[in-house]
Amino acid sequence: MALRLWASSTSNALRISCASKTHVAPAFSLSRCFSTVLEGFKYASSHEWVKHEGSVATIGITDHAQDHLGEVVFVDLPEPGGSVGQGSSFGAVESVKATSDVNSPISGEIVEVNSKLTETPGLVNSSPYEDGWMIKIKPSSPSELESLMGSKEYTKFCEEEDAAH
Amino acid sequence: MRGGGLWQLGQSLNRRLAQADKKVVGRRFFSSEDNLKKTVLYDFHTANGGKMVPFAGWSMPIQYKDSIMESTVNCRENGSLFDVSHMCGLTLKGKDCVPFLEKLVIADVAALAPGTGTLTVFTNEKGGAIDDSVITKVKDDCLYLVVNAGCRDKDLAHIESHMKSFTSKGGDVSWHIHDERSLLALQGPLAAPVLQHLTKDDLSKLYFGEFRILDINGATCFLTRTGYTGEDGFEISVPSENAVDLAKAILEKSEGKIRLTGLGARDSLRLEAGLCLYGNDMEQHVSPVEAGLTWAIGKRRRAEGGFLGAEKILKQLAEGPPIRRVGFISSGPPARSHSKVQDDKGNSIGEITSGGFSPCLKKNISMGYVKSGTHKTGTKVKIEIRGKAYDGTITKMPFVPTKYYKPT
Repeated sequence: MALRLWASSTSNALRISCASKTHVAPAFSLSRCFSTVLEGFKYASSHEWVKHEGSVATIGITDHAQDHLGEVVFVDLPEPGGSVGQGSSFGAVESVKATSDVNSPISGEIVEVNSKLTETPGLVNSSPYEDGWMIKIKPSSPSELESLMGSKEYTKFCEEEDAAH
Repeated sequence: MRGGGLWQLGQSLNRRLAQADKKVVGRRFFSSEDNLKKTVLYDFHTANGGKMVPFAGWSMPIQYKDSIMESTVNCRENGSLFDVSHMCGLTLKGKDCVPFLEKLVIADVAALAPGTGTLTVFTNEKGGAIDDSVITKVKDDCLYLVVNAGCRDKDLAHIESHMKSFTSKGGDVSWHIHDERSLLALQGPLAAPVLQHLTKDDLSKLYFGEFRILDINGATCFLTRTGYTGEDGFEISVPSENAVDLAKAILEKSEGKIRLTGLGARDSLRLEAGLCLYGNDMEQHVSPVEAGLTWAIGKRRRAEGGFLGAEKILKQLAEGPPIRRVGFISSGPPARSHSKVQDDKGNSIGEITSGGFSPCLKKNISMGYVKSGTHKTGTKVKIEIRGKAYDGTITKMPFVPTKYYKPT
């Protein structure tokens, strides 16, 4: 997910920097370590998952992503029928803290969106890999799946990303 | 007001996620954390699960183990303790300190009784806001101020340059910057009963806006009954060597009900209370009249002027400001700063300056500026978010009723 700079201020041009791992409290490190990563899914470096079954691929954001975002209060989803390109944004997730774009891990035609998220956006937190799915697409280039990470690779990716900051 | 630019919250928090997309977060946002200042409570924060983020040049906790939603609600149900030591406290001394400060702010400082204070605005020559600040008259020759962390350098430079010219003309004023002190904000319904355990002074006699120097937990503190949440509460300036002990004592006396609370919930709380965040809702080009702070311009000051930008501000008072700060409740995604506001015919009438999801109301709340004439409470508007227009209504602020401790 790509973060949208939701509240920039021109007059307050204050520099910010990265918080290093030494500054991350144990509680947060632990919660990250326990983020669930499922077998059989493919993962994008922008923290979306895709599950390809038959002719349809289901897409959502990972447990790691929802954990970082905090309570999701709104999910902005596209209309079915449109198309998405690999790596391009199809929607957005709003948490109390911030707005984040959600990118599609693979290209295809949107065949269904999870309308339950309109009423219950918190499903993204409580069930990121099941009830909190976001869109289903008909992949146009299934070979794109090969460019994505497997579960072990993604787990390592998250650990390294957390450690780097 | 208060703090230094909460606009960074989103990006700081989600740095790890955002970093994957270099298009969105540019390199200019990255700098070495070695440059960041730490408050004396830094280790205390990390030991308590504080998630530290860069904020106005400081490493500050954005949240602890509780979520922002939980922290916000708990502040109003029980209480919150915030480390706000990044903010800059200073004292102005000298027999002319009152006329000196009156040249720079809109408040009737002369009329303040000793031991009382008010929110005020430092103005520039054009009538815009340099910063907002809570000022207190300790005595007729002693004023205590707290200014925003993010504005510290420019505020101090501004005050200093005016002080030089004032003293060169024989005025008696000098300052002391309280870098030897730390600042804790204790807010919520349990703030007073818990703090009462730690001092012999009768806090039931200290009302909203009042100030006292007293012994708290064995240290000489400056206590102001004020805050940035809309709740009853205090800001406690404590000698830095006593700050950690005081924080621990407050948490302990509350039996775990008062929780350490970070900048994330602080932003939700002040938004619910309809309070401005300098840098978002108030800027160099925005006048106090436009910002809805006309009440803070003392009666005598309206008649006499005598502060920077008075001409423009008094003209706005007479003729009405071109734009006004208002609150909104809206459907759809939370409105964030820079979202455009339209009237029901689709004409652009203004812009959101800060907004989010209210943890207490469970609704999207925001504030922003609209053209005068379109600002009436109840006016239906459209707020544009990611290319879609969502329904909104101009709503009276505060969104959540304030609970300041005032004499009955």
